[in-house]
Amino acid sequence: MSTLEIKNLHVSVETEDGPKEILRGVDLTIKSGEVHAIMGPNGSGKSTLAYSIAGHPKYDVTDGEVLLDGQNVLELSVDERARAGLFLAMQYPVEVPGVSVANFLRTAKTAIDGEAPKLRTWVKDVNAALERVTLDPTFAQRSVNEGFSGGEKKRHEIAQLELLNPKFAVLDETDSGLDIDALKVVSDGVNRYSEQGDRGVLLITHYTRILKYIAPDFVHVFVAGRLAETGGRELADELEASGYDKYVKASSAADAAGAAAV
Amino acid sequence: MTVVDNINEVLELDHVESHLHPEPSYDVATHPVPTGLEEIWRFTPLKRLRGLLDGEPSDAHLTWEQQLPEGVTLSEISTEEAQGLAVSAPLDRLGALAAANAGGAVLLDVPADLVVDEPIRITLSGDSVDSTVWGHVVIRVGLHAKATVLIDHVGSAVYDAFTQVVVGDGAQLDLVTINDWADDAVHAEQINVRVGRDATVRAFEFTLGGDLVRTSTNVDYAGAGGSADLFGVYFADAGQHIEHRLFADHTAPRTRSNVLYKGALQGKDAHTVWVGNVLIRKVAEGIDTFEQNDNLVLTDGARADSVPNLEIETGDIAGAGHASTTGRFDDQHLFYLQSRGIEEDEARRLVVHGFFNDIIRRIGIPDVQERLVKAVEHELADV
Repeated sequence: MSTLEIKNLHVSVETEDGPKEILRGVDLTIKSGEVHAIMGPNGSGKSTLAYSIAGHPKYDVTDGEVLLDGQNVLELSVDERARAGLFLAMQYPVEVPGVSVANFLRTAKTAIDGEAPKLRTWVKDVNAALERVTLDPTFAQRSVNEGFSGGEKKRHEIAQLELLNPKFAVLDETDSGLDIDALKVVSDGVNRYSEQGDRGVLLITHYTRILKYIAPDFVHVFVAGRLAETGGRELADELEASGYDKYVKASSAADAAGAAAV
Repeated sequence: MTVVDNINEVLELDHVESHLHPEPSYDVATHPVPTGLEEIWRFTPLKRLRGLLDGEPSDAHLTWEQQLPEGVTLSEISTEEAQGLAVSAPLDRLGALAAANAGGAVLLDVPADLVVDEPIRITLSGDSVDSTVWGHVVIRVGLHAKATVLIDHVGSAVYDAFTQVVVGDGAQLDLVTINDWADDAVHAEQINVRVGRDATVRAFEFTLGGDLVRTSTNVDYAGAGGSADLFGVYFADAGQHIEHRLFADHTAPRTRSNVLYKGALQGKDAHTVWVGNVLIRKVAEGIDTFEQNDNLVLTDGARADSVPNLEIETGDIAGAGHASTTGRFDDQHLFYLQSRGIEEDEARRLVVHGFFNDIIRRIGIPDVQERLVKAVEHELADV
């Protein structure tokens, strides 16, 4: 049983006009066994939340904590966070020329487990993981993500999720750009992972479409750098029907009132 | 009429006013001693050529060791015979000096229709930098023949070579050159390649050692449909000057050239130069060319010069482009690998290995690939 607690998280990025605050106090607790969906309009800071948890150097945490079973992961390096049990499935997985998928996966698995995987079973495990996301075993010999289609990159992320089997997975718009078949493949992978029962999922998405295949326990509306509303699955249906307008307006009104009060 | 005129007549080439296209000539006097300001010399530290440009004759030789598969021969031919071959004459003084002073050429001959699966291996080694060695090498691959030639340079030497590569119509040649010299070596070489009609050439060049290495690889085409891939990998340490000049002269229609050179630099005054010239002549309709140079600067104090040039004289081309990158590690690569638990040092190693493996894996000679991967590993141990 693990817990991922995000407390009062404030994050800025450097811009030409100086630092700009993107996350303005995010509070969220995820327990293993739970699936949380974060939904929000473009530019609301959803991806910033994902990358900040993973430790991308571009994002500057100005306040708050991210606790994994009580340990503040913000004090850890990117690789230490991964070894502590965090995983980020990226919206735009990076191409690494000349590094084979097989070599990459073995190196990552060795790093996460602290020992090299058993040679005999490992190749089988990799092939099986690739097959489950309908990637041909020949992908193992290709350079990481190089020349992969958008859908192949996302399926490769899910294969990694299953092989590395972290405590918590943050999925950053894993559904974007997928056709319906690929979406099912990816959703099945996430469901297999979360059905182990002791794993937590933070699913970041712009669309409700993926929630037809992955059933969230909680749905959060994310607007202007913080959570605006939390509910169950029915909140997703409501968003599907009426969109984010209500929340965006409420947020700007609150900001205006705040500014006036100053 | 000189040999050069003959060749130009055969190819029906017009004179092109272009700094990309120096006048080819075996006559040393037509290539004046450079001052260092000329476009083709401005990057080269002339003093470190150890007097090569003066052209003092010498009868010193490198030691040749070779493994020749059946049917492949190695023999000596006269300078005049070599000059009569259908390959461009030297394009600069160092090339002309090598041809003039070598006192004849070594001819590696792969006869027509011979398909050799085993690589032809030649090791050239030197044992001192006290005397200059002039070299003249001819590699001739006959009509529809297929061969892989590996030329390995090791030891200490001051070596200037002119190498002619004649690839017959429909032939396939993989030419792998490894410059794995000792720290004090000086190596200049001009490699002029003529690609036959529908012939395919893949050249790989790996430069790891030497105080100064300056190679020019010039490719032109005897007929339509020829294809040339020029791949290179180089690793410059403190004080090393490594210069690779490439010239794809599209002298025939529907020909193809693809240049990909990747280098890493580390240490004070490590200096690399890559110049990629492409000339697409009027006759060269429907050609396809791409050239790319990527440099990874691993430490402060190193300098990478990268100059792509493209000159186009016909409007009808299938594709033409170039790209050049010089920089430090790509943070996105490191972030991605680290986000999977891989420690930063290990992630850096993977990225650099990958950077070079991208080329090494294409060679297709397992022991050479293994050796080059190890060489990269060895270079990286100091990072």
